Amino acid sequence: MNKSKIYPWYFAAGAIFIYTALSVVPGIIGIGYSFTDWSAYSKELNFVGLKNFIDVFSGNQDYLQYILNTLLFTVVTTAAKTGLGLLFALALSRNIKAKNFHRGVMYMPSVLSILIIGLVFTSILNPKNGLLNEGLRMIGLESLTQKWLTDPQIAFWSVMGVDIWRGTGYIMTILIVGILAIPNVYYEAASIDGANGFKKFTYITLPMLKQTLAVTIVLNVLYGLKVFDMVYALTNGGPGHRTEVMYTAVFKQFSQGLYAAGTTISSVMFIFMVIVGYFMIKILTKDEVIE
Amino acid sequence: MNAKTKKTVLTVLKNILAWIISLIMLIPLLLIVINAFKPDSEALTLSLKLPEVWEFSNFAVVIEKGKLGTSFLNSLLYAGSATVITVILSSMAAYVLARRRGKADNRLYMYMVLGIVIPINYVSLMKVMQVTQLNDTRLGIILLYVALQLPFSVFLLYGFVSKVPVDLDEAAVLDGCGPWRLFFSIIMPMMKSSMVTAAVLCFLNTWNEFVMPLYFLNSSEKWPMTLAVYNFFGQYSKSWNLICADILLTCLPVIIMYIACQKHIVGGQTAGAVKG
Repeated sequence: MNKSKIYPWYFAAGAIFIYTALSVVPGIIGIGYSFTDWSAYSKELNFVGLKNFIDVFSGNQDYLQYILNTLLFTVVTTAAKTGLGLLFALALSRNIKAKNFHRGVMYMPSVLSILIIGLVFTSILNPKNGLLNEGLRMIGLESLTQKWLTDPQIAFWSVMGVDIWRGTGYIMTILIVGILAIPNVYYEAASIDGANGFKKFTYITLPMLKQTLAVTIVLNVLYGLKVFDMVYALTNGGPGHRTEVMYTAVFKQFSQGLYAAGTTISSVMFIFMVIVGYFMIKILTKDEVIE
Repeated sequence: MNAKTKKTVLTVLKNILAWIISLIMLIPLLLIVINAFKPDSEALTLSLKLPEVWEFSNFAVVIEKGKLGTSFLNSLLYAGSATVITVILSSMAAYVLARRRGKADNRLYMYMVLGIVIPINYVSLMKVMQVTQLNDTRLGIILLYVALQLPFSVFLLYGFVSKVPVDLDEAAVLDGCGPWRLFFSIIMPMMKSSMVTAAVLCFLNTWNEFVMPLYFLNSSEKWPMTLAVYNFFGQYSKSWNLICADILLTCLPVIIMYIACQKHIVGGQTAGAVKG
């Protein structure tokens, strides 16, 4: 059979064209624009060499801090979601009454708009009359009440906390599916050989979940590096710039017409992600393309 | 304690833990529902107290003041069209790439899937939008949504279409079937359930999308619901009853869809992660 006749290349053309034009091309021309003084205030476009990159990495301005914040957010939320998700998945995969109800509820935050979750939490975390502080006062833990979103020491942790609330159920659901897919005979055989619960976990459950865990970690890291909605809705980078991440900084530059700075941060990220992304894609498409 | 009571205690504890977590997950949603029905005087902040007076007119107020009618239709148009285009284009692409599997085809597939990873450069994307005259247009937003959703959709469908037996294609070709008919009347029906999964996920993601319109839609009459809610929040930041009513109406389609298509959503989002 002639493959190129039955499976003509132009079937893929539409997808490749739209994706290339609207996500790859901007990434590439963005790199070009990072070497210019592109802004909303001047029609002229001048080549400025590495100036924008030096601005980002020299630490004279706060950009480096935004990059570090983004990395901190990514590491903390990924670790917490994966850890809690695994813990809950182990506890809740078997012997739970009304399990469909629980899973449905725990998964739900990940289908709701992140922006809206952020808006609701601005009220819950309100220091004066928000539900969290009111609740703490009610049970006599007045001392634990905080200015969750306005105290510079705490704000970023609150943002990460809300994001962990949102994302843990999703990881848990994926891991439960993974755990239930492990054939029971392994555990039975291990029991006969006298393995205890912990040994079963480290020698059966964990190795069998390796690929699933790898994929969820990749997805979480990707989400973390690109985070925008959650921070924008909760603090919009404040107080000061304490909770600023890369994408909120880019949006601020963009709204102020400082296009060169915005495109430079984006390009740094683009190049980084294309390199790292290759390995991430390898994890996502494992056992798929080879053959 | 003997082994049996120990097990019973453990099961009870597990169930209590499940209820605690579920409750923590449900509280924000309960907050929205309860407060959406409160009169102005009771809704200076979100609380779990039930309304003393049930105020149903909040919804009418937000529909009028928040222009929810227009933004609902916008969201429906954007999410609906983007979903149809994405699913058709990605299933065609996934199908030929999965069937050909030459060196170049595998590279193209990797190139498409790389889209899951690479970040969008919104600043230079604006340049592309201006040059192509798509900035601040409905068509522009739809195409942006399509571009955003295509990589994951191709990734998802590639896995499924690989499982459709090739013998079918061969038989059809021997009977004189051309590539278009082969795909649309033989392969597509076999992929139906995975296409529904891809469609549901695409619709959910685009319904919730907020960043693209924030950058590329300046005129408020073109705003989707997420952006309209955000704007409404800025204007009525003290009237949590109205904000909740607005949020509830915005989330309602998603929640209904989630309840109706839970299997597809969870199945689709986990398909990539769990193999075997």
